[in-house]
Amino acid sequence: MAAGVLTRVTQVLRRPRLVTAVFSCHGQTFSSAAAAVKSTRDTAATEKIQNFPLTQPDYFRLSELFSIKDLFEARVHLGHKKGCRHRLMEPYVFGSRLDVDIIDLEQTVEHLQRALNFTAHVAYRGGIILFVSRRRQFGHLVESTARECGEYAHTRYWKGGLLTNAPIQYSPGVRLPDLIVFFSTLNNVFQQHVGIRDAAKMNIPTVGIVDSNCNPSLITYPVPGNDDTPVAMEMYCRLFKMTVNRAKDKRRQMELLKGISASG
Amino acid sequence: MAASSCRGVRSILRKYGSCGKSLCVSRSKTAPQLPVRQICLSSSLWKKNLAAAGPQKFTQEFINKQVEEFEVGKRHLANMMGEDPETFTQEDIDRSIAYLFPSGLFDKRARPIMKHPEQIFPKQTAVQWDAEGRPFHFLFYTGKQSYYSLLHDLYEKILAIERHQDKMRSKGLFTSDTKQIMLTGSRWLLKEEMEEHLVENVSDQDYTRLIQLMEKLLSMPYCSLEEEFVLKFRRQLEVQSSKQEIPVIQYDPQGVAFSVSDGRRKSAKASITLRDSGSGNVTINGKNYLRHFPILQDREQLLFPLHFVGMLGRFDIEGSVEGSGHSAQAGALRLAISRALLSFVSEGQVEKMRQAGLLTADPRIKERKKPGQEGARRKFTWKKR
Repeated sequence: MAAGVLTRVTQVLRRPRLVTAVFSCHGQTFSSAAAAVKSTRDTAATEKIQNFPLTQPDYFRLSELFSIKDLFEARVHLGHKKGCRHRLMEPYVFGSRLDVDIIDLEQTVEHLQRALNFTAHVAYRGGIILFVSRRRQFGHLVESTARECGEYAHTRYWKGGLLTNAPIQYSPGVRLPDLIVFFSTLNNVFQQHVGIRDAAKMNIPTVGIVDSNCNPSLITYPVPGNDDTPVAMEMYCRLFKMTVNRAKDKRRQMELLKGISASG
Repeated sequence: MAASSCRGVRSILRKYGSCGKSLCVSRSKTAPQLPVRQICLSSSLWKKNLAAAGPQKFTQEFINKQVEEFEVGKRHLANMMGEDPETFTQEDIDRSIAYLFPSGLFDKRARPIMKHPEQIFPKQTAVQWDAEGRPFHFLFYTGKQSYYSLLHDLYEKILAIERHQDKMRSKGLFTSDTKQIMLTGSRWLLKEEMEEHLVENVSDQDYTRLIQLMEKLLSMPYCSLEEEFVLKFRRQLEVQSSKQEIPVIQYDPQGVAFSVSDGRRKSAKASITLRDSGSGNVTINGKNYLRHFPILQDREQLLFPLHFVGMLGRFDIEGSVEGSGHSAQAGALRLAISRALLSFVSEGQVEKMRQAGLLTADPRIKERKKPGQEGARRKFTWKKR
């Protein structure tokens, strides 16, 4: 499933210039065959850089970033009360203890690993990541996280056509985010955030931290976990920041190596 | 290829063809026999909806070209006026343009101007993303990036001050009486000024929220750490009384001090000479004010400024008035007396007179009659049937 989604995303992320054609390579016409050949060699190198991380399951070694014990200490396993439980969250929840739902951390670890891996690959390929959270408690934290890893954040009132009516809301040539990460899938009135539905409409993959009162169905990579405790939110922000930075550093390394090998 | 070009030609002919003409275009044998329908084409179809386009947008190259032309034109103008092109300031430009292109137009903004393009063309936001398509600002996708980034910075500063407070508390040095920011005599930026500052539309609720956050910052004891930041959003209030024009005190050959001033109300014009002779006589148009204003209210209006300042018996009033009715003439004279009195009175008294409304010209005039009504407000008699 992950590989299928990744190939879909690669097609989405592929820039027009990577489409090869005879002599009009990458949308540019070349005066001589030699120039076209050189450009083809560049394309091959770029393709190799792009596709090489896909050959290994955990290329960015993200499983080292966290363990079940860290998640437990950050109180990620604490859900809401039993009465608030969403029907579709039952597979991820052990049950309730003193009326409080307990989330299965082993499933959380798998889901979180998959989500972070996907985020890393998107960041590696230069995709735009948008961090969304409508919780006022953590709005500043999420915005700071986005700023520190060079990505984008939206923790304010979500205007209707931001994704679906983008050319009019912004400017005609705007590029939409390639991945949306929800640190909390509910808005301030305990309804599902509009961004989830809009992202699904615009074919944008989503990663979301789903608590026991959230609906995980429309989210591509749900991560069952607590979204109310400050410790848990800080941990998620730290993890995503480290993932994105790692992926970008790796990409810069590969570009440098390619530059050295091309010149040498 | 031939069919597509034929189709293209046909579409062009259809687009620019006049209404009602049927077009017979020779078709190649490869295209199927389609019935030619008369398509009604009115000019309203290809007229541009100018209102929907929004305010005119200027490209950066256009503005750069305008700036170059301005600089070159400035040098030409300096040479024309025989002055040094290097030290030609904006005031010199304005002077020269007023000299070379004298205009009798009333509105100053309609006269010819030569200013730097930055002051003429409205500030526009440049393209917000780089070659890859990645936006520059991390809050671009919110839609209001400058406003939200300002809120973000504000909150950051509030957190920093709280951390500083906690540090002081832990060291035991926390005091409530710290240096406070001087806020008297200044006001917050207005909504329009904020929009100009952020180059973005700011709604009423957004503006209120921003001011609330600023006030929260100012309510903290150690807010003086961010004084510079806060003062950027404050504007000095102009002291109203300093703008008052006080008439000059002149001296008689006998050494008596007097001042002259005018006043107007509705269509009455009055001119007053206030003499410091110490008698308290009032003469209007050559006769005693009792003869000119038989009604008590008018005479009260005349003497009210002197009564307010407490100098009733000190001055001699000599005035001339024309136009309008007795009440308007009294009001005009009162304004003239108050203005003349300013030169004999202290600064504090001037402010008191201003606040009492003695120095404000009454702007009320006769309201116009409207069609379908008998007068300005009176409607025609309503008849049930």
